[in-house]
Amino acid sequence: MEALIFYFFGTVLVLAAIGVIIARNPVHSAMSLVLAFVTSSFLWMLLEAEFLAIVLVLVYVGAVMVLFLFVVMMLDVNVERNRAGFTRYAPLGIGLVILIVGMLGYVVWARTQEMNFLQAPPRAAADFSNTEALGSQLYTVYMYPFELAAIILLVAIVAAISLTMRRRPGLKVQDVARQVAVRRKDRVRMVNIESDPDS
Amino acid sequence: MITVSHYLTLSSLLFILSIAGIFLNRKNVILLLMCIELMLLAVNFNFITLSRFLGDAAGQIFVFFILTVAAAESAIGLAILVVLFRSRKNIDVESLDSMKG
Repeated sequence: MEALIFYFFGTVLVLAAIGVIIARNPVHSAMSLVLAFVTSSFLWMLLEAEFLAIVLVLVYVGAVMVLFLFVVMMLDVNVERNRAGFTRYAPLGIGLVILIVGMLGYVVWARTQEMNFLQAPPRAAADFSNTEALGSQLYTVYMYPFELAAIILLVAIVAAISLTMRRRPGLKVQDVARQVAVRRKDRVRMVNIESDPDS
Repeated sequence: MITVSHYLTLSSLLFILSIAGIFLNRKNVILLLMCIELMLLAVNFNFITLSRFLGDAAGQIFVFFILTVAAAESAIGLAILVVLFRSRKNIDVESLDSMKG
């Protein structure tokens, strides 16, 4: 059963990765990437990393890929012109890929005998909480890295907003300081009007 | 029986495919960013596999931090991309040669 799940989702994952690379339309690439993230989250669940599997779906599929799709659809890229260089770099790409296949293949396949001393530990009990185990490590041993991660996210927010915000001339914005500092004499003018005795 | 080398093979396949994607799609910056995300996914896969097979939660915590940094990276990258598109009206990699690099 485990092998069946692994091979099924592994095949889908590799096909989705191929789809990211060869799709003509960037929207289709983004959709294939979403599929790759979802299938790998299933595989992470098979590896008993339940918290990270959920985080992958929530953060990546829910936030990052939506951001990607937003940008892809907003930018309106000329698809055909972008494909012009596809074949020009293909020989270089294929050569490099063969080189890396060789290197990684040597590490993973040729030395499998040495690697297989790593046997999978038995499955955790049903009441074991992966989230709790991670949290108890994260908030004690990894406290400072955790806070640094928060600072990195803050820097990313500030950088993204300050990069994309633009001040157009003639934009109507509120100036709160001036609104607060306004006095009565700036707005109200008292006028003495003589009453007409005839009416 | 699924051993550690099955998972490592899968993640190295992912890594190789994303490198191939970077070399094949040298025009579109968005696709380059997507391939970088795929590469980070392969790295995370390795971390989680070895975290399971070595019985050490540190690998999963490292993946947590990688996810944080990757989200920040893609947010800033896409912001730069939007600014670039606004000023040049295309996002070809080849037209970004004003620094004569």
